[in-house]
Amino acid sequence: MRASPAPAPPEATALEFHDLTVAYHTKPVLWDVDLSVPSGHLVAVVGPNGAGKSTLLKSALGLVPLSSGYVRVFGQAYDDVRTRVAYVPQRESVDWDFPASVFDVVLMGRYGRRGWFRRPDAGDRRTAREALERVGMAEYADRQISRLSGGQQQRTFLARALAQDADLYMMDEPFAGVDAVTERAIIALLRELRDRGRTVVCVHHDLQTVREYFDWVVLLNMRLVAAGPVDEAFLTEKLQATYGGRLGILETAATQLLTERQGRSTK
Amino acid sequence: MNPQLTIVLVGACAAVACALPGTFLVLRGMSLLGDAISHAVLPGIVIAFLITNSASTLPVVIGASMLGLLTVFLIEALHRTGRVKEDTSIAVVFPALFALGVLLVARYTGQKDLDQECVLYGEIAFAPDNTIVLLGHEISQPLVVLAGVAVLNLVLILALFKELKIATFDAPLAAALGLSPVLVHYLLMGTVSVTTVACFESIGAILVVAFLIVPAATAHLLTDRLGVMLGLACTIGAVSSTGGYYLARALDGSIAGCMAATMGAAFGVAWLLAPREGIVARALRSRRRKEQFARALVLERLGRSQASHGELVAGLRWPEDRVREILAALTTAELARTDGDAFSITPAGHDFVQQVVGS
Repeated sequence: MRASPAPAPPEATALEFHDLTVAYHTKPVLWDVDLSVPSGHLVAVVGPNGAGKSTLLKSALGLVPLSSGYVRVFGQAYDDVRTRVAYVPQRESVDWDFPASVFDVVLMGRYGRRGWFRRPDAGDRRTAREALERVGMAEYADRQISRLSGGQQQRTFLARALAQDADLYMMDEPFAGVDAVTERAIIALLRELRDRGRTVVCVHHDLQTVREYFDWVVLLNMRLVAAGPVDEAFLTEKLQATYGGRLGILETAATQLLTERQGRSTK
Repeated sequence: MNPQLTIVLVGACAAVACALPGTFLVLRGMSLLGDAISHAVLPGIVIAFLITNSASTLPVVIGASMLGLLTVFLIEALHRTGRVKEDTSIAVVFPALFALGVLLVARYTGQKDLDQECVLYGEIAFAPDNTIVLLGHEISQPLVVLAGVAVLNLVLILALFKELKIATFDAPLAAALGLSPVLVHYLLMGTVSVTTVACFESIGAILVVAFLIVPAATAHLLTDRLGVMLGLACTIGAVSSTGGYYLARALDGSIAGCMAATMGAAFGVAWLLAPREGIVARALRSRRRKEQFARALVLERLGRSQASHGELVAGLRWPEDRVREILAALTTAELARTDGDAFSITPAGHDFVQQVVGS
């Protein structure tokens, strides 16, 4: 699929989940998930609402208590590789009326490297400005974040993740509520990251674009249903198993059609 | 020191000390937690008072801070069980602790130098009489305490500015970056506890929430930068408390009450007149936009073909006078031109439509 193979990263495995179970109150959200995600891929995490997709990302970032099992990031505990991981939460998870400019928010991506008490320096500001340029938002640097469109908000979050300059990017629905132009711009950036050997893991909702955008996929519905290269794991019967009765007839038909078309075009 | 000046300074120091953590309470949507803490620290004060048998500052502050943090912890613990919502949790926890405090005060009133009136309402007018000797000068104790707390809060917020900012805006990212938002939260709540206790004597448990929240909420209407908001909140608080003092003298009323009322009035003015978020600015903006849309709608029709006044009235189904008014405005602005009865669009008119519809 790729024009040139990515430079081999130091670790072959970006993320490992070992017998991971997570519960909120008494209800399990993730059940006994055993999964290894190789590095250098653009990975979609797919599944119905409430399947535990966001929780899977959060469990790797130490944001939710684990009932059992453990997670390794680049073979280590998350706390030891923090600065190599960037996180983009769902856009609706923050208050966009917060008194901050676009640049302020992007600069937050550098806070982790500074640690407690120390202010971001000139180098951090430069990195933040470059990240804004890469997402095409340089001219909005001074704008109050509440005066952005949905797509611009998402680009701001993406720039913040780029400013973290990480090896692994964890993104919760980066395409939710963005316009088509922004979606294309975001996917181009994510591909660029992958081609430079970075790993990108996205919670993704649009089954129609999985084949086009991603090269690796995780199908999740509380339990792990399938995981692997898109050609091997993103199959109709696996999708049926993931979505159960909830995958509509139309979606099934569309996916099948897409599968066939993709099959033909790659031949 | 001149007693009037002392009272003004005590009020200003209290306002600044409160506005700094108050800004973050407002931004975190936790204004009522400030109210809860300011009441729930009461048993801490009384217990410290009973143990040490004196009203010395340090044990009282320690006792109050512990109760403040306990309040926050209990509210969260109760909420986390998933059986009650957060506002209910607040309303269950803090009156229970406050009631305990009131019981303790009532039980020991008379024996000790502490009474309910004083705790609930405070009395800033006594501030000049309550003095200590500091560096050879006799100086008002509440002034020393509140100035100290204001400086302490300023130092804390400057030192943890970036941590407070990210923990408030995006707590999950803060946690992922290793800048524990939980620790920041408890530090902030500890600060609120200490600050409210320091204000008790002068302002009381009830009105301190006005000092915490109202200037910060006013500043939020006036700016969209965090640093500016903090500075504005302090300034508005200090100016309102000073204004409130002179209002109280003119009315011969409660000083703390007038200070809080002045803060409320300042909020009201900002709510009406803030340059961008104010009600008046919004109304004007919405009227201007409506007018622009009307002109663009007429121009767009003229862009398709030139038309007379009558044809436009028939097409748009707007009142005749309204269409005449718009056409007059358009011709004056040279967005449209008239040739006898027929109106047609100018190149500037095309640009105008582009600009209105495109934006």
